[in-house]
Amino acid sequence: MDMTLLAAQLINGLQLGILLFLLASGLSLIFGIMDFVNLAHGSLYMVGAFFCATLTQWTGNFIWGVILALPATALVGLLVELIVVRKLYQRDHLDHVLATFGLILVFDTATQMIWGPDGIVVPLPAWLDGRVILFSDIVLPTYRIAIISVGLVVALGLFLIVTQTRLGMRIRAGASNRDMIGALGVDINLLFTLVFALGAVLAGLAGMMIAPITEASVGMGNGIIIVTFVVIVIGGIGSIKGAFAAAMIVGLIDTMGRSYLDSLFKLFMSGQNAETSAPAISAMLIYILMAAILAIRPQGLFPPKGR
Amino acid sequence: MADVILKVTDLYKSFGGVAATDHVNIDVVEGEIHAVIGPNGAGKTTLISQLSGDLAPDGGKVEFQGEDITHTPAWTRALMGLARSFQITSIVHEMTIIDNVALSVQAHSGHSFRFWKPAREVRELQEPAMEALRRVGLEDRAHVTSRNVSHGEHRQLEIAMALAANPSLLMLDEPMAGMGSDESAKMVEILSSLKGQKSMLLIEHDMDAVFALADRITVLVYGQAIATGTPQEIRENEDVRKAYLGDEAA
Amino acid sequence: MINVSKWKLRSWINLVTLVLLALVPLLVSLTDNEFYLDIATRLVILAMAAVTLNLILGYGGMISFGHAGYLGIGAYAVGIPTYHENYNGFTHFAIAIGGSALFALITGLICLRTKGVHFIMITMAFSQMVFFGFVSMEEYGGDDGLVIESRSEFGGIMDLENNTTMYYFCFVCLLLTIYLVRRIVNSRFGMVIQGAKGNERRLQSLGFNTYRYQLACYVLAGTICGFAGALLGNFTSFISPEMMDWSRSGELIFMVVLGGTATLFGPLLGTTAFLLLEEYLPHMIDLVYTGGGVFWQFWFGILLILVVLYMKGGINGFLSRREGGN
Repeated sequence: MDMTLLAAQLINGLQLGILLFLLASGLSLIFGIMDFVNLAHGSLYMVGAFFCATLTQWTGNFIWGVILALPATALVGLLVELIVVRKLYQRDHLDHVLATFGLILVFDTATQMIWGPDGIVVPLPAWLDGRVILFSDIVLPTYRIAIISVGLVVALGLFLIVTQTRLGMRIRAGASNRDMIGALGVDINLLFTLVFALGAVLAGLAGMMIAPITEASVGMGNGIIIVTFVVIVIGGIGSIKGAFAAAMIVGLIDTMGRSYLDSLFKLFMSGQNAETSAPAISAMLIYILMAAILAIRPQGLFPPKGR
Repeated sequence: MADVILKVTDLYKSFGGVAATDHVNIDVVEGEIHAVIGPNGAGKTTLISQLSGDLAPDGGKVEFQGEDITHTPAWTRALMGLARSFQITSIVHEMTIIDNVALSVQAHSGHSFRFWKPAREVRELQEPAMEALRRVGLEDRAHVTSRNVSHGEHRQLEIAMALAANPSLLMLDEPMAGMGSDESAKMVEILSSLKGQKSMLLIEHDMDAVFALADRITVLVYGQAIATGTPQEIRENEDVRKAYLGDEAA
Repeated sequence: MINVSKWKLRSWINLVTLVLLALVPLLVSLTDNEFYLDIATRLVILAMAAVTLNLILGYGGMISFGHAGYLGIGAYAVGIPTYHENYNGFTHFAIAIGGSALFALITGLICLRTKGVHFIMITMAFSQMVFFGFVSMEEYGGDDGLVIESRSEFGGIMDLENNTTMYYFCFVCLLLTIYLVRRIVNSRFGMVIQGAKGNERRLQSLGFNTYRYQLACYVLAGTICGFAGALLGNFTSFISPEMMDWSRSGELIFMVVLGGTATLFGPLLGTTAFLLLEEYLPHMIDLVYTGGGVFWQFWFGILLILVVLYMKGGINGFLSRREGGN
């Protein structure tokens, strides 16, 4: 067993998990509080990546790129909420889905109109682009560890906000009983807008962090949004804790599965069978996992209470 | 001694630590109208929901015609002969009045994996549905879309749907909720006509109706059945007077 | 039997659409332009898929965001045997129907235990699962897709290589599907399905195990859509996983909603409007702003949002309001 490969894949799995968590937590909050299905969440991920790419070019520094791109993404989220989303809270889920589907088209083409069809490379500063050596023979890329660290800090921050602050209290109240918070005198419109913008920032942050690895490219959100849905469904819609657990599970299983499934299969089937079936099964693995979990627990692993 | 058709033993349901149904014992004898009364929030709808299968109890037992149905799903109970009407009208608003009632008839006409003949042309469904509508006085409104009729007519529809199922036990949750005095009188007439033919568990607030119709009354307060007896016994019961009736009914 | 004088605007529009579609091959022979036949064939196949989606979504209230998956399964049911030199049409369509039914049954068993948003997300995830399944099948082209040289053979009964025959076959299938959905929707089964959409709790309370009926409906819709997929596979000759991408499912939903959910001809009108827009919107934009046409999806997206916000009931709703109230 190649320890460096194993460690590298573990780190990749954790990193994917962190990204999925950033996406899933925002989406789950938006659904939990506003009962709004946001298909365009992946577009905010993309917007964050592109803002970061451009701002990195302008400032010459990736860190400044991220710091400036965060409020820019929040602004986009704000505008989307005010112009489109707000009008849809009273409508049924089908309308949410269709309208945000339209938003994806708008965002994808607008991005192309502004930045052109090619992806944009986002360069990392030297100190992030290096390697870290653990236990004297495991070599790991610094940047991926950085992503995990940032993600964990954000997760902790979210947890503290939700459990310790008044905003968090309102969020939790809203998640379990939407009608009550209005009755309690909380400004619903403001709360919803803030939650949406928060979701946008989290998604954008995920996009910004992945951009140096994959490039900022048009439509980059469309694939990962489905995986995000899988995470939320497994974790329990509306639950941050569930989103974290599920994101980690999905990230690890997906990454490790792709690397090691054929080896696993070779334990009990012929080499050739393993090599033909493994890629297909590993691509479908997280969905099979989702199906299995839902068959036993349709409400997900950690559904929020009071629903 | 007539048979007990419904027997509820030690039924318990709590929401977040508050007992909505607190070890309730109640039974319905065949052919009787057994009314359940109590102040708002006493847990009457919670009780009936556990009997119809719409809500799972936390403890206790529900027996229907001798069989334990405590954890049986709602649709199976309906097919066994239990019919329920809802306090807050629960119909298919997009369909016509008669379509709603026909569905009730259809549920008891074998399986519905029939894909070809239009349901509205099936006499075995439409005639009993029309008959149920006639019983409650809604036959003229049969082909009106349900969302377009008045609240009182909704309440009549609820009863028609319950009757169309030809049940052994009718469980009615405040059938007269929100009705004016004329409409209420009409409803009392309809329910009176069923006396002796259908066993009934009736939740109602309208005291005149209750005392006119009921063979026995159970009083529910804070989830507990504090008294059960004939209307006269209940009227004279000290605890009931204190908790609920006040001096008006004296 | 059919009293034409009582017909409303909508019925006339439906009839005109059908007649125009029936006459497309005539138009083609007059203008000598196969293009119209191409777009019409694609239209009737997608309309057939939209009609099946409307059964579960419009009439049944089950918002499946994975319906395009069945188009893909049906298409590969033609593509894969053809790749292995099995050209038998009966085999192709049998695999399309069987494969779709099986997939619908297995996914439906799981999805239908959930409601609302969960259901939408899970159906989306399952169709992505199939998408990735086919992408990873290197043997059949994977991401690049599969090109097949010939269409299903029916041993002399019908020659699908003839484009006009192909078109009429698809057109007839569309008509049969609409008729079948009409019977289903008005039958006892249909009443349960529609009732469950309106008030599922009440239907259970009346004595219906709604899960079973919804599952049956879901499998039925998926199976017929798989048939449409086999038609699609025959028509396009280029079969790729792209056909079942979730955005294709989104487009199908849009076609249904645009036309008007829970109406028999809504999906046909919606598909027609959608494909016409897809075809001509870029040109229209180019007229106003040269070179802008390549970004037509921007305006398409905005149009979609506007339809959702302001056009309740889609085309059918719009027309019925013109007719003068319900």
